[in-house]
Amino acid sequence: MNRREFLNAVGAATVTAWTPGMAFAQRTGAGYDRLLVLVELKGGNDGLNTVVPYADPAYSGLRPRLAIPRDQVLQLDPQAGFHPALEPLMASWKSHELAVVQGVGYPGANLSHFRSIDIWDTASNSNEYLTDGWLARAFAASPAPAAFAADAVVVGGAEMGPLRGGVRAIALASPEQFLRQARYAAPAGQGRNAALHHILRVEENIAQAAARLSGNRAFATEFPTNPFGNAVRTTAQLVAGEAGIAAVKIALGGFDTHSGQPGRHAQLLKALAEGLAALKLALVELNRWDSTLVMTYSEFGRRPRENLSSGTDHGTASAHFLLGGRVKGGLYGMPPALSRLDGNGNLPFAVDFRDLYATVLERWWGADPTRALKARFAPLDVVRV
Amino acid sequence: MSHSRSGFFWRPFDSLRRGPGGSIPVLTLLGALSGSVPSPAHAAVPLGFDDARHLLNRTSYAAGPADIEAFAGLTREQAVDRLVAWTGQPAVTPPPAWAAEPFESLRRFRGMGPEERKLALREMYQKAFELQSWWLTEMLVTPSPLTEKMTLFWHNHFVSSQQKVRSPQLMYRQNALLRRHALGNFGDLLHGIARDPAMVIYLDSASNRKGQPNENFAREVMELFTLGEGHYTERDVKEAARAFTGWGIDPDRGEFVFRPRAHDDGVKTVLGRTGNLDGNAVLGILLAQPQTAEFVAAKLWREFVSPDPDPAEVRRVAAVLRESGYEIRPALRVLLTSDSFYAPENRAVLIKSPVELVVGTLRQFSFATGEPLPFVLGVAALGQNLFAPPNVRGWPGGEMWINSTTLLARKAFLDRLFRVEEMRAMAAGGGGVEAPGMAARVADGRSRYLQAMLDVQFDGGKWLSQFDGRPQLLQRVVLASAPVTEPPPGVQGMELIRHLVLDPAYQLK
Repeated sequence: MNRREFLNAVGAATVTAWTPGMAFAQRTGAGYDRLLVLVELKGGNDGLNTVVPYADPAYSGLRPRLAIPRDQVLQLDPQAGFHPALEPLMASWKSHELAVVQGVGYPGANLSHFRSIDIWDTASNSNEYLTDGWLARAFAASPAPAAFAADAVVVGGAEMGPLRGGVRAIALASPEQFLRQARYAAPAGQGRNAALHHILRVEENIAQAAARLSGNRAFATEFPTNPFGNAVRTTAQLVAGEAGIAAVKIALGGFDTHSGQPGRHAQLLKALAEGLAALKLALVELNRWDSTLVMTYSEFGRRPRENLSSGTDHGTASAHFLLGGRVKGGLYGMPPALSRLDGNGNLPFAVDFRDLYATVLERWWGADPTRALKARFAPLDVVRV
Repeated sequence: MSHSRSGFFWRPFDSLRRGPGGSIPVLTLLGALSGSVPSPAHAAVPLGFDDARHLLNRTSYAAGPADIEAFAGLTREQAVDRLVAWTGQPAVTPPPAWAAEPFESLRRFRGMGPEERKLALREMYQKAFELQSWWLTEMLVTPSPLTEKMTLFWHNHFVSSQQKVRSPQLMYRQNALLRRHALGNFGDLLHGIARDPAMVIYLDSASNRKGQPNENFAREVMELFTLGEGHYTERDVKEAARAFTGWGIDPDRGEFVFRPRAHDDGVKTVLGRTGNLDGNAVLGILLAQPQTAEFVAAKLWREFVSPDPDPAEVRRVAAVLRESGYEIRPALRVLLTSDSFYAPENRAVLIKSPVELVVGTLRQFSFATGEPLPFVLGVAALGQNLFAPPNVRGWPGGEMWINSTTLLARKAFLDRLFRVEEMRAMAAGGGGVEAPGMAARVADGRSRYLQAMLDVQFDGGKWLSQFDGRPQLLQRVVLASAPVTEPPPGVQGMELIRHLVLDPAYQLK
């Protein structure tokens, strides 16, 4: 809410006891009992060595040192296969719960990490600067129920990403640390002006979330003992607490593989696949797998032609995953068009990243995506009813 | 290095007063510059304590009681005269030594092997951090906080980021340019920034060539620097981009160059003006648009007065800006002497930026500090990484500063600061203090962080002694408005300070 809306709200005689979310709580059509888990692959994941076009001779031609040998690829179909480090995801692929979308990008691709992730986070056009994250706008348009601890939680860092600008979004390194700090927040009524009102509202949301984020469930699932595994564990803990959260964002960093890519990239994909496999097991334990959609994203893919340091430079379109008990598994989008590279040697895109966002908003939550995305995008048919 | 701010922040003015030139001629000159200000009702009335506090807290980082009292007896005009008299000076903190060393070519990374490149990058990050430390130190010690506020204001208007520019030397030079013109002439600043090498890199001017235009600078100069959205067409952007073709930099010297062969010298039409326009002509056309003055005036309003510019008042400030040929001082003077600035409804309506919160607290309470590392990391953790705004729009500011993470981090920072003496005792016992993860990015970051925190000192007894016999003044100094939660009866001393700085009202200015 900006200052003008605030002034209108407090100016209206009908508004007597104004509580966050209350004004809209009755008409949330969105199915926020369904959880969204966003997984950011920070640094720009190399889509070509994640979902490998192993049958395309141009692939090994562009990557004499980096190409994954055909006999090591985990085949998905006669053209595409996983990097071998993604083996822990094969169970989900085989049970048709993993959708692989190839060629995700946007027009006018920007090759700067900072600018491109800004575009993804705000769902803007490449020449447009928006302030709020796309999920923040989605929750502003249709808020999660007031009884929820928060609209969304960012696990592991303070960068709110797609949630920036959202009032009922919280970030926590760990629930323990958040609860320790939450003592600083004490809800204390209404503000005298918009700025103070905003601060008090944030304090109230912190206190509300803290009250519901306790509890420490023991899982049979074993979580990987690395930072991404910890983030997955925290996600599972948040879901177990039944505090009411519509979205969780976690991240795995280090994908900016300009040099020495093979070992590093294999390690990262292994961490990703093991983490997601553990997430699935934990959510199955909680009986939440059928009401969870996991989606990966990254600021860009990498250049098809390898560089001289056994690495890859910034690229454009890449492959992403949607995963969950209701996902219609399979290959979507378009295989990498290695014969149609642009002037920088980068791939054309086939699926606008905002089509994925529209999929989340429309098909997963049943919400109207127009306010969050500011234009119509075509959702993918990847969710079973 | 240790900076003691046991004195109040006007104290350093005394040392400047001893400098060559003296202050009186400057004051006279500025009085003349302000032009014919009508003589309103407040002309001869002293500010009084609360108005003086309001003025100082909006235009400086935060003031202690002695500073406020020094201004309380001045009229609005006298107070503004005094504030602007001390602007326009170079930084008092010496820049890092490398700032003056021969330019490190932007092409130096080319042809490096992976190991060499890694080392070179590490050195660059180190220098970028030193640059941040230099600026934060200057904010802490400057005799002219208004200069720093305006330099930061322009950094957030003419945005460039080290993360793209990748040259701490060029970022330093840009900062010097912004500082030089901080309260000078907006037209000069615009022309200077258009040729500023860091900006040329940041907005891709160098790849804007005849026949292959890059519209980035042309678009942002209209959208963000002068007119604002909706006051130009896509065709204006395209045509202006042609006018700026050929503007680039010499990557080995880091200096602006004009490349005639890359310049499109055909006829262009920008905002209704047609001719063989070059970049300077386009900047002239933009400055001639009345909308530019209104755009800048509205932004100054949001910085100093309130989140909601009053259209009539903005037009008044814009008129002064235009009539003076874009001199910033007279415009600021009109703004800062206006009834709107002092209106009760515009008190405590702005949210402190991370820099204002951190630097303001350290200055207002006369903290002594060692190296500024914890504060450089601190403002970054709160969302204001100096020399690296999030994108070309800059930090959105206002309510965007505060979310659950940053609000808790603000309060945790304040709590730690006002328990620093307890922390020292704990650290001596071998525990209690932990460096944040970000510290690891700096060479020896963790141990330096811990040492820097141990160097922080707050003499609570001395600071509180200013309020002996007038305890009610303390709250009026610390908070811009009444606390949300009144301190419980009987709470005093350090406990009272902690109560007030952790109150939500402390986040406001």
